[in-house]
Parts: sequence; structure tokens; C-alpha cells
Amino acid sequence: MQDLLFYVFAAVALIAGFLAVANPFSRNPLASALFLAVALVAVSGLFVLLHAFFLGAVQILIYAGAVMVLFLFVIMLLDLREEQKRRARKVAAGLASALALALAALISAAALAGGGPADPPALEGGARALGRALFTDFLLPFEIVAVLLVAAMVGVVWLSRKEAA
Amino acid sequence: MTPVGLPHYLVLSALLFSLGLLGVVLRRNLLIVFISLELMLNAANIALVASARFLNRIGGQEMVFVVIAVAAAEVAVGLALLAALYRQRPTVQSNDLDALKF
Amino acid sequence: MQTLFPWLILLLPLAAAALISLFTRPHRDLSARLSIGAIVAGFWLTLLLFALPGAAAQAYETRIPWLAAGGLQIDFGLRIDRLSLLMALVVTAVGGAIHIYSYEYMRGERRFSTYFACLSLFTFAMLGVVFAPNFVQMFFFWELVGVSSYLLIGFWFERPAAADAGLKAFLVNRVGDLGFLLGILLVWSRLGSVHFGELERRLAENPAALGAMATVAGLLIFCGALGKSAQFPLHIWLPDAMEGPTPVSALIHAATMVAAGVYMLARVFFLLAATPHWPAALHFLEGLDALEIIRIIGLFTALMAGLIALQQDDIKRVLAYSTLSQLGYMVMAIGLGQPGPAMFHLATHAGFKALLFLGAGAIILALHHEQDIWRMGGLRRAMPLTFWTFLIATLALCAVPPLGGFYSKESILAHAWHQDKLVFALAWCGSVLTALYMFRLVLVVFGGSPRRPRDAQPHEPSHIATWPMLFLAGLTVLAGGADVEGFLAGGAQGTASLASRLAGPLAHAPFVMLAGLAATGLGFAMAWGLYRGAYRDPLPARWSTLASALRQRLLLDAWYARWIGGSFEALACLASGVDRWIIAGAAVRGVHGSVELTGRLLRLAQTGKVSTYAFALGCGVAALLYWLIR
Repeated sequence: MQDLLFYVFAAVALIAGFLAVANPFSRNPLASALFLAVALVAVSGLFVLLHAFFLGAVQILIYAGAVMVLFLFVIMLLDLREEQKRRARKVAAGLASALALALAALISAAALAGGGPADPPALEGGARALGRALFTDFLLPFEIVAVLLVAAMVGVVWLSRKEAA
Repeated sequence: MTPVGLPHYLVLSALLFSLGLLGVVLRRNLLIVFISLELMLNAANIALVASARFLNRIGGQEMVFVVIAVAAAEVAVGLALLAALYRQRPTVQSNDLDALKF
Repeated sequence: MQTLFPWLILLLPLAAAALISLFTRPHRDLSARLSIGAIVAGFWLTLLLFALPGAAAQAYETRIPWLAAGGLQIDFGLRIDRLSLLMALVVTAVGGAIHIYSYEYMRGERRFSTYFACLSLFTFAMLGVVFAPNFVQMFFFWELVGVSSYLLIGFWFERPAAADAGLKAFLVNRVGDLGFLLGILLVWSRLGSVHFGELERRLAENPAALGAMATVAGLLIFCGALGKSAQFPLHIWLPDAMEGPTPVSALIHAATMVAAGVYMLARVFFLLAATPHWPAALHFLEGLDALEIIRIIGLFTALMAGLIALQQDDIKRVLAYSTLSQLGYMVMAIGLGQPGPAMFHLATHAGFKALLFLGAGAIILALHHEQDIWRMGGLRRAMPLTFWTFLIATLALCAVPPLGGFYSKESILAHAWHQDKLVFALAWCGSVLTALYMFRLVLVVFGGSPRRPRDAQPHEPSHIATWPMLFLAGLTVLAGGADVEGFLAGGAQGTASLASRLAGPLAHAPFVMLAGLAATGLGFAMAWGLYRGAYRDPLPARWSTLASALRQRLLLDAWYARWIGGSFEALACLASGVDRWIIAGAAVRGVHGSVELTGRLLRLAQTGKVSTYAFALGCGVAALLYWLIR
């Protein structure tokens, strides 16, 4: 059952991801953003399959929620017209595809060469365990993240001023 | 059919990552480039969470937590930059932004 | 006394040159007096050395250590023997007369003091060659002669021709000097010494000491004389050296410079006469010894210069080719194995050739620097003193008894007759040529009627200039009485009576003497027939090809310019090509170009497009990954 769910989520993530990156039917950024949201939800499902429940929730809340809203806001704000069909760049497309394929093959080769771990999957990533680790062993990264978020917030506010232009 | 294990997740992660890279390299619309970047980050997240699960290390999840925070910050700043840029030159085509070229 | 005097003779001109250039340059008279005083004092000291009892009898040396390197010990010294004393007498006597004459000739010159400083330096250098006891010192002064001749020939360096002539003399002499230097090194490497006396002793002990290099060494040393004494093929500088002031020409042609070559040959005659032997590589030359080659070159130079002299119109150039011809006789005498007659002829020639040049200088001065003989004419009445002294010198040059030139030339011809009839026949032809070109000169310049603007009224130079001429004329007349050959051979002076010496040629070789006189008579008759009262040269009309070839100096100068100049030009082109295409092109521009090309290629990578950079980044990651999991 769980294996079947993995394949379903994986397929959804890949197809939605492909449509987000290169939608053959529409070149509207809005469609891309929505397909990205679908892919993010699928990834969140994968997190749950991996017993990372808290992260799954966060993925939905922050990515599919906050980040996607931000994307949609900006797209609407800029009021982009549909991108014109540009002339096909066959050489560039070929080169980029070759690179992507090579990279995927290399990473997969590395992953498969390692083989599965001897231990059975044991980690339970609930909110309790994560929170405990977060406030003990990983306190410094956590605080740095806090600082980073503040800095990002200040930066965004400054960038968005009218006078900045 | 073998039960789904770490390699499956890693291969899926690799495929998603390559897909994102393809978008970053090929697409010229900066918004799409951003979307592709998010896809790449999520691919990495899958690999991290799967590793944490199968190798029994909580650190992987902590890393994902940080990545999500960084991604949120990055998207916020990046999109703000994009908006600011759009006020200067009404385009989101990366090809049109080559003022740094000599 | 015996050691002090030679040092004084040598160093007085140097002191004069130094004093003039350092202190007395603004004082023209004082400078001239210093220079003249130095050489006249040298003359009297040389005479005193002759008069000192036994001074001339024994060869002796005075020396101070100069430099020692390894086994080579070189002294700076003076060798006083009959040869050097005779030569010193010639240099100081003739040179002194020319110094005094210069005082008049150069009167209006702006750089009067500089001129006398150079003159003294020249005298010093020549005396250094004369007294040198070893090859290194001789070469040192030899080069000093070259430098000072450069200064004097190019004295009027404002005139391009004079500057070029000085340069030409210097460069042509370099060619000869290179051979001389190689010869010295060869002799030193074979015999382990550069000292003349030591070398002569070692060669006497072991005649084969030079081994296979004997002839080569002799010929290389002869190269030095080839340059300095202006023998074919290095003769081309001498006629051009006429661009210098006339007293300088007199000095170069009579007492110094060209005499140095012949003197050097006489000094190292024992080396030239060493057993002929060629190295294996030059085996095909076996049977030809150094003296034979020297003889041939001397004879050829004598004939060639005599021919060219026939068609020269510049009074000084006629004399220049005449000098070349007479030097050819001297070198030929050396080649006949007779340094004695060569030195005798050198001494008498120094006197009468200096006299000829001084006379020419007087004429040139009187005619306001006109040198073309066809614009002179009829000077016999206007300048009687010059005419008579010039005539005496001409007669001496043409070997008319009882003048000095007669005895020296007859001596050479007699030896030629005894050794090689062919050489004698050709030398006899040279005598005819000598008489022909000299009487042509005298008849055209002094005879006939004036061929010049009416307003020019030539007159004799002042006494300061005429006294040296009279002095040299006296020497020329009296030189026949001097038994130079006997003196050099080491015989006691005055053994043979004056009368028997004067009649010597008639007694020893009557045929040669008569033939010589006949040659002079023939030459004179031809000159009389061709040039008496002539207004222009009749030869070009009769034999135009020959005459034009002679006028262009047998095309030798043009030929040299074409081949040597051409080959240097080709070499220069090659060097320029290497510089332009290989050094500047490949090395410099190549580096610059490849850097720029690389830069341009790298620039293409900077597209300014984010996707390109992302692609490159991806490629980098892929490569890194491949390297990690490989």
C-alpha cells in the first residue's frame, strides 16, 4: 500500500514538475505556478510516507501556502501578458537536456551504487522529536535561520519601497 | 518488485532535480526560473528526508527545516527584486538583462 | 743616455699631444710650437743616438714589465737596433719637416691646435710601432696609428667625403688588422712568445718550430701590412685618404702609416722566411711559400697602381697611386727576401714623396684649393722654387742618378733580376709607368701655359713652408750617398768609399742599371710626346675603354661597393627579416596575439545571460560528480 502510494506521489510530482517547468499547452506563468503547487503537495505526501509528519505539514503550510501565494501575487502584480512563442532553440535545448540527463544518471548511479542500508527504516520524525532536536543539538542553525528571516524581511521591505526605483 | 527504499527516493530526487535544472537553463522567464529553482530545492529536500528516515538521523529533517526557511526568504527577496526590476525595465526576460556584459 | 734618449724620442710627442689637448688649446702658436718642438727634439736625439759611439752597433732593449698572464709575460719596452733607429730617423726627419710645413698650410684653420695634437699623437703612435720589441706592443701602437689616421684623414669632418674617407681607412685597416691579430695569436700559440728577439732565437734553434702553420702564420701577419701599407686588395682606402689636409697626406704616405706595414715586414722578416709548410687542409698550395705570395701581391699592386695613376686628374690622387705603386715595390722586395733594399727604398721614398706632397700642397694653397691638374699649367714661372723641388723629387721617384731613389730602386731591380727574370720584366714595366705618370704630372702642372682664371696670381708659400721643402730636397739629393743596406746588414759605416757606392749599380749590375735608365727615358719620352703643351688628356680619345676603366680605378671600388656592400645589405635584410618576422612577429606579437585571442575566446563565454551561467554551473557540478563517483 505504502509502496503504491510512493509511486503515485512520485508520478504526480514528476508530471506536475514537468508541466511547471515546460508546459507544452500554455506558456502562462500562472499555470506553471499552479502546477508547482501540485508538485509541492505531492512532495508533502512523500514526506508523510517517510514519517516526517511535521515537515509534511510545514511543506503544505509554507510552500503550498505562503510561497505560492507570494508567487501568485507577484505574477498578478506584474500583470504579465502571455509570453510570445519564441523561436525554438534546438541546440540550447539539446545541450540542456543532455546535461540534465547526465546529471540525473550520475546521481542515480551514485544512489544505486550505495545500495540500501542494512537497518530497517526506524526514524519517526514527529513534531516532538524534531522540536527536541531543534532546540538542543541544532539550536545554532535554528537561530541563524531566525536572523536570516528577519534580514530577508527587512530587505524585502526596503526593496519594495517606491523610492527605491 | 523490490520494496521502496532509499534508492527509489534518491532516483526520484535526481529526476526532479534535473527537471528543475532544465527549467533554470532553458526558460527565460525569470518567474519560471524561480519556479524551477523551487522544484530543485524540493528535490533536495526529498533526498534529505529519505536519508534521515533510512539512515536513522534526525539531522536530515533539521536540514530540510532550514532549507524551507531559506527558500521562503529567497522567494521573498527574489520576487521583491523582480518587482523592483520590473519597475526599472518592464521585462522579466533574463535575456534582456545583460547590462553587466562587457 | 742610451736608454733615456729612446724614451724621450717616444714620449715627447705624446706629452705634446696631451699638453695641447688639455691646456694649450686656445693658444694656437704655443700648441704648434709644442708639437713641432717635440718632433724636432726627437730628430736631434735620434741623430745623437747615431753619433753616440757604439750606439748603433749593438741592438739593445730597455723595458719595464707591463702585464703577465699565466705563462705570458709582456714587457713595455723599446728595442733599439739599426732597423728601428733608421726608421725613427725617417719618421722624425720627414715628420718634423711636415710638422713645420703644417704651421703654414693650416694657418687659417679653426681647429689649429687640435690638428697639431692629432699630428703629435700620430707621430707618437708611429714611433711606438718603430720601437716596439714585441708583437703585443706593436699591435697596440699599430691600432693607435689607425685611430690617429682616422682622426687626421677625417679632420675636415664637416665634409662628408672626408668623414667617409676616414671611416673607409679605418674599416679597411680593420680587415687587415684582424689577420694580423690572428697571426700574432698563431705565432704565440706555436712558439710561446711574442717577443721579437726571443722568437728569432727560437726559430733559429728549431726552424720547424712553427710546424704546419709556418706559411699561414707568415701570411696572416702579412695581412696587417696588406691593410696598413695599402696593398691589393686592401689598397682602396689610400686614394680616398687624400680627403685629409695635404700635410696629413704627406705624413701618411711618407713617414708613417703606410711605412708601418713595410717596416713591420722587415722587422718580422725571419717569420716570413721560415720554412714553408702548409697545414694538411691546404695541401694543394704546397710549393707556394709566403714570400712568393708577398712578391706577387707587391708586383701586382705596383703595376695596377701605376696604371691607374696614368688617368687621375687630381694632383693628390696621382701621388696617392704613385705611393701605392712604390709600396708595391717595397713589398715585392720583401717578397724577394731582401728587407734591406725594401727599407732603403722606404727611406728614400719617404723623403721624396713627402717633398712631392708638400709641393702639391704649395700649389693647392697657391691656387686656392684647386686640385685638378688640367686647371693648373704654367706654374714653372710663378712658383720656381716649388717647381725645382718638385722636379728633384720626381727625378728621384723615376730613379734618375745620382738621387736617392735611383739607388734604392736599382737595388730592388737588381735583386729581381738575379732571382726571377719575369718579375724583373714586370717591375721594369712599372718603372716605365712611373716615369710616364710622373712626367705627365710635371708637364701638365708646371709646363705649358696657365689654364685658369686670369685674376688668380699664384705665388710661392712663405718661408716657413719652403724651408721644409728645401730640407727634404736636400735629403733626397744626399740619400743616394747613404749606405742603408750596408748599415742594416750590420757592416761598419764608411767601409766602402763614397765613390764606390755611388758607382755601385754600374759595377754590380750594369745591365739592370741601363735598363732602368732606359725605362725612365722611355717613360719621359712618352710623356713628352703626349702631354707637352696638352690642354686635355689625349688618352681617353685614343683608348677610350682603357682610359675610362683607369679613371674609374679599374672599377675596383665600385666592385667592392657592389659585392661587399651588397652582401652586407643582404645580411642586413636577413637580420631585419629575422627581427621583423621571427622576433617581433612570432615571439612578441605571437605572445601578444595568443593572449588577445584567448581573451577574445574567453569573452564569448561571458554572454550576460543567466541561463549560460547556469548551464556552465551544471556542467561543473556534473564533472565534479563524475570525478567523485568514478
